[in-house]
Amino acid sequence: MTSLTASLASSLTAGVGLKPDHYAEALACDAPGLWFEVHPENYMVDGGPRLAWLERMRAERPLSLHSVALSLAAPDAPGTDILDRLTALVRRYDPALVSGHLAWNGWRGHYLPDLLPVARTDESLDCIVANLGRVQDRLQRQVAIENPSHYLAFDDHCIGEVEFLATIAARSGCALLVDINNVFVSARNLGFEAGAWIDSVPAALVAELHLAGHAEDPVLGAALLVDSHDAPVCADVWSLYQRLVERIGPRPTLIERDGNLPTFETLLDEREQAHRLLQVCTDRPGRTLKVAA
Amino acid sequence: MTALARYQDHFAAALLSGADARGALAYAPAVIARLTAQPGFAVYRNTVFKGCIDALEANFPAVARLVGTEWMRAAAGEYARAEPPRSPRLLDYGATFPGFLATFEPAAGLPWLPDVATIDRLWIEAHVAADAPVLDAAQVAAWQPADLMRARLVPHPATRWSWCAHSPAFTIWSRNRTDDAPAVDVAGADATGADAEIDWAPEGALLTRPEAAVDQCRLSRAGIAFLDACAAGQTVEAAALAALDAEPAADLRALIGALLSAGAFAALTHTPDAHP
Repeated sequence: MTSLTASLASSLTAGVGLKPDHYAEALACDAPGLWFEVHPENYMVDGGPRLAWLERMRAERPLSLHSVALSLAAPDAPGTDILDRLTALVRRYDPALVSGHLAWNGWRGHYLPDLLPVARTDESLDCIVANLGRVQDRLQRQVAIENPSHYLAFDDHCIGEVEFLATIAARSGCALLVDINNVFVSARNLGFEAGAWIDSVPAALVAELHLAGHAEDPVLGAALLVDSHDAPVCADVWSLYQRLVERIGPRPTLIERDGNLPTFETLLDEREQAHRLLQVCTDRPGRTLKVAA
Repeated sequence: MTALARYQDHFAAALLSGADARGALAYAPAVIARLTAQPGFAVYRNTVFKGCIDALEANFPAVARLVGTEWMRAAAGEYARAEPPRSPRLLDYGATFPGFLATFEPAAGLPWLPDVATIDRLWIEAHVAADAPVLDAAQVAAWQPADLMRARLVPHPATRWSWCAHSPAFTIWSRNRTDDAPAVDVAGADATGADAEIDWAPEGALLTRPEAAVDQCRLSRAGIAFLDACAAGQTVEAAALAALDAEPAADLRALIGALLSAGAFAALTHTPDAHP
């Protein structure tokens, strides 16, 4: 399997999550380096306008398929139907990036629509590596896995999160998708230092970055942050992002937005901020960046 | 069973039980109890139910518009608790929601609601069905009448139809499908048809997808019988007889013409004894 990190970092800059409300503007947009990410589950259909529309978009732009349903951190293998359909989408749309989450949501024939947590143990490590092997073998390509947001303190973790991710990558050959907002949210909720987490991620493993907004819990306020994807990226997350790309160099970066959807133009403004930062970083690798916010 | 599988059983059970079902959690192992006691556990429970409810609200837009957001989300929450999704393809979620509404006590005064939900569901099915060419009237006209009667009309993969036996649910649905359509005040009408605007009689719904978009129209009892027979693989002649059986006064030529122009069929195929 070829490494994504080397070949793609130079061609993709910043992308946005693609929403049906923005289809027409997204298709007409001529911003250089722009790419789009979709949840493949929304396109796992037999035919019709969704697939035709994605086909038109793919003719104009690189795509990333970001699965929410692989349920990698489960004792069971990913569902056959989902894997078959994901394989068909990968073949049809030839995405630049394919990713999933270090989480589970398949349970006894049900799908629980969230990214559920798991203790970092030898057993969960073995399950995740085995499931990633199944997915990558089937897709015949490397997949990146994303660090989830954490809301619960487990007392049976055996290993730190970054070390766990790096071990999974070493054993499975997968890459990492670092969601910087998830690191920020988790650090605040569980009381660790986000900067230290960011500083310890092995550069060679990182294939993609995610940026998103979060919200304070309506009851507990700032004591519990929720990865809500319904607000602009906050200043602290931008700082962590800059800190990471200064160290590891540019990576395809996605602005994720699912709720309180702004206009496409507003989303593009936010995307432009990441795009500029990546450009500076490409032009002057290894230098401290000065980017106007 | 492995430790990971046991953990997931307990975690999932705790997620799906209501906030008032603490009794069940008392049997969970200590490790689960220490997780569910944390405020962050509610984030997972809320996200799971929000995901289910959002999907149902998106998949049943006419129902949601008719009953209002608050009623819809409460009903969807009840349904999600009873029937969590079976697949991450959430477009598929809610196949049994129309049946749930038919027995949902708070919907007892809304006899048209399950049929409206059925049509919302059929719309999704039409929207995501496989692509296929559409059979047009000129292709059918090229056949000799006798051969045509022995041939089979194959419904297009995206064609859906349903008979609403209890109410003019298609009319109610079509007037509440989009935000810009004029809303029908069905809540103000009683089940026997006090709303003068609507002819309170049973009717059929036909959904087709001749191009990218799903089209909709009313369908007669004869049209429903005709399509049922075609879908069962019967000949045009047998389908025509079924249509006349359902509605003796039906104008078959007009009916078949209307179905063809709606794009309801994908092909006209020979039966083994027909050789045009």
